[in-house]
Amino acid sequence: MSTPANPSSATPPAQEPAAVGGSAILAWLYVGIPLAWGVSQTFIKALALFK
Amino acid sequence: MANDSLLDRSRTIAGPGYNRWLVPPAALAIHLAIGQAYAFSVFNKPLGSLISGDVNNPAPDDWTPTQIGITFSIAIVLLGLSAAVFGKWLERVGPRKAMLASALCFGGGFLIASLGIHLHNIWLLYFGYGFVGGIGLGIGYISPVSTLIKWFPDRKGVATGMAIMGFGGGAMIGSPLANNLMNHFKDSAPQGVAPTFIVMGLIYLLFMQFGVWTIRVPADDWKPAGYVPSTEHNDMITTANVSADNAIKTPQFWLLWVVLLTNVTAGIGVLETASPLVQETFSDGAMGAGRGVTAAAAAGFVGLLSLFNLLGRFFWSSASDKLGRKVTYAIYFGLGILLYALVPTLGHGLQLTLFVVVACVIISMYGGGFATIPAYLSDMFGKYQVGAIHGRLLTAWSTAGVLGPLIVHTLHEHAQEQGLKGAAAYQNVFYTMAGVLVIGLLANLAVRPVKEEYYEKGPVTIEAGGH
Repeated sequence: MSTPANPSSATPPAQEPAAVGGSAILAWLYVGIPLAWGVSQTFIKALALFK
Repeated sequence: MANDSLLDRSRTIAGPGYNRWLVPPAALAIHLAIGQAYAFSVFNKPLGSLISGDVNNPAPDDWTPTQIGITFSIAIVLLGLSAAVFGKWLERVGPRKAMLASALCFGGGFLIASLGIHLHNIWLLYFGYGFVGGIGLGIGYISPVSTLIKWFPDRKGVATGMAIMGFGGGAMIGSPLANNLMNHFKDSAPQGVAPTFIVMGLIYLLFMQFGVWTIRVPADDWKPAGYVPSTEHNDMITTANVSADNAIKTPQFWLLWVVLLTNVTAGIGVLETASPLVQETFSDGAMGAGRGVTAAAAAGFVGLLSLFNLLGRFFWSSASDKLGRKVTYAIYFGLGILLYALVPTLGHGLQLTLFVVVACVIISMYGGGFATIPAYLSDMFGKYQVGAIHGRLLTAWSTAGVLGPLIVHTLHEHAQEQGLKGAAAYQNVFYTMAGVLVIGLLANLAVRPVKEEYYEKGPVTIEAGGH
């Protein structure tokens, strides 16, 4: 078996550049909204299994 | 000059301060679109009743389910082939040009197919959705992978898991979208299918443009702030680079090919049988009048599996960053063997709740297998041409797409001929798939570090990747 694969040392969050800026939020919304819609439609369909 | 093109790789190198968290949504914009392929079955009945106009009563000249099913098979085969063929080209020209090619092929494939539907010419449907669209699938699938690995050397599994999760999510969007559009257009064209294909082709073509124009590649010397590559030696994570041409000469590549093949083949065993399996195993006859699983509940079961397929892609791939890729695949196979072997017992015992839980875990590992493999390849072969290597490995997916259904249908039909019903009619399918996973487990255990003779000598440049 291999040893754990994490190749990095601990990364202090303060040293990261702004991980989520305004444009990143908009970008995530662009893909997140349709994905959330698709997931909700599937979830509603899946509820039939528990009725 | 090629260097002047906005599509050129040199024009996509990120400047200082570029937020790497813009890259996963760019990748998702591609994968959410092409993931629609897994929802193609939503067109089966409408396409099979274009002449009669009645999904329950096809005309003699209507396309048969087998004819229609070939469309999806062509698309999946072309996915693997085009990923293998265009992988090195992608590494050379960069993700933007590849994503644009994918969008044009995938969206254009819908448009060509719509003409085929309008003319009731199945060859045009095959050419459009299957051939042209399939090429778009293959290029699109691998287009963001190596870029993500380069942006997230500290979280390779998380990054590729996010993108490949999108492929699972694409079907969840594509299916209700198609149903809504066909309902909207039902009075203007037979079953509303042809205009639905036109609209979906245009929607996907536009939607994917976000990925095309947002994607950036990091500069060669870029590293995440504060990231220090581990000095702790780990044989299973190379610091060297292996070219795509050399990778396929190594036993590691073919062992991982078997790993992907077996994981996908077994997963298809569940996906192919999910709806009839749950209905026949937990029928009214077995459970008592009015207590059996209905067709609507079975559809809900399939939906639930889709959700776990999606979640598993992100969860397991992210977990592999901590656990290690080899251990993660050992879990897929080890736990998978136990759970596959358990399914018939749960069916015989009418343990519906446990049966559903087990199926969901199985499918989460099926999705996880897809999402973890790019990081595994990067660990073994380096990031130099990991996109091209991944593309070549995806031929295993195409093979599983043929092999999995073949095993399932052959064994199930044989059981039916012997008069077996309910859970008994499926037990050999699951025992066989457990055996398939044993092969995958052994292949994974046999994976060792790549020998130095396959390493690239001296420094490598990305631009040299395609030469």
